[in-house]
Amino acid sequence: MGDTPLHRDGNWLAGPLSEILAVEPTRAWWRCPTCGMAGPLAQLHVYGPEPGLTARCPGCTRVALRLVKEADHVWLTMGGATGAFRFRTA
Amino acid sequence: MAADWRRAHLVERLPQTATARSLAFTVPGWPGHLAGQHVDVRLTGDDGYQAARSYSLAAPAEGERIELGVQAVADGEVSPYLADGLPVGADVEVRGPLGFWFVWRPEQTGPVLLVGGGSGVVPLTAMIRAHREAKSPSDFQLVYSVRTPEDFWYGDLLSEGADHLDVDVLYTRRAAPGSSRAPGRISADDLRGHVSRLAGAGTVFVCGPTAFVEAVSDHLVDLGRDSGSIRTERFG
Repeated sequence: MGDTPLHRDGNWLAGPLSEILAVEPTRAWWRCPTCGMAGPLAQLHVYGPEPGLTARCPGCTRVALRLVKEADHVWLTMGGATGAFRFRTA
Repeated sequence: MAADWRRAHLVERLPQTATARSLAFTVPGWPGHLAGQHVDVRLTGDDGYQAARSYSLAAPAEGERIELGVQAVADGEVSPYLADGLPVGADVEVRGPLGFWFVWRPEQTGPVLLVGGGSGVVPLTAMIRAHREAKSPSDFQLVYSVRTPEDFWYGDLLSEGADHLDVDVLYTRRAAPGSSRAPGRISADDLRGHVSRLAGAGTVFVCGPTAFVEAVSDHLVDLGRDSGSIRTERFG
């Protein structure tokens, strides 16, 4: 379904995040520290293109997380700040 | 959960529209899934290059058989090949089932309004099939927006007058002969009666292109629907 450059949503992070999380992530609750909007990860707006994905607050576009997929690693930045976690996946 | 990649063997391809296909795969070890979930499909080229994309499951699992809905996107890297290039009998890899937010479970008894735009009808169709299989008493309504009658997916299942389902088809470019509604984008008026029938209860599932989902969500909130009871899935 996701074969176009426009934004999708956090539903589509389920696969990439499954490589590094033990719990299914799309129901995870998130609250935006900028505008206060709250909801599940599934409803964040997600911009590509792959292999780099940026999830943003639907209310104010603040970055919620960034994820970059490499062959043997996933890089994850939480909250839009600098400093990424690198998870070995292979 | 660390979903693993599994081999998926293409066993059947059915045209839905000029550019949309139903693809059935057998996936050894498939654990089953919920209506509304999706899979990631990964293709590997002869040179080792890999590309993965997400596709919605269109039906409840039948053992190890799963069905995906694929809309070929003109300049897409993966979808045209899946839609028409991959030979029946060939293998790809799939990861899933994925997603626990945009799902309908048979134990949910509240009324449900499904609103689909174009190929956004795919995961909603899985919900409709699961609802029928479970003989669920839950009241199901589908509002299905398509450009023209030729763009209609799952004609046998989703035609107006289908059993156990109230279907309202909205054409955006050219209506079917005899249609009383002039072609046009979905409006709050198109949704008003359906929302009233929910009587403030239940869940609304909306799936389609981003602009469609945004418009429908706004209409639903304008009609008094609590945004917490609206579940959306966008695909760009």
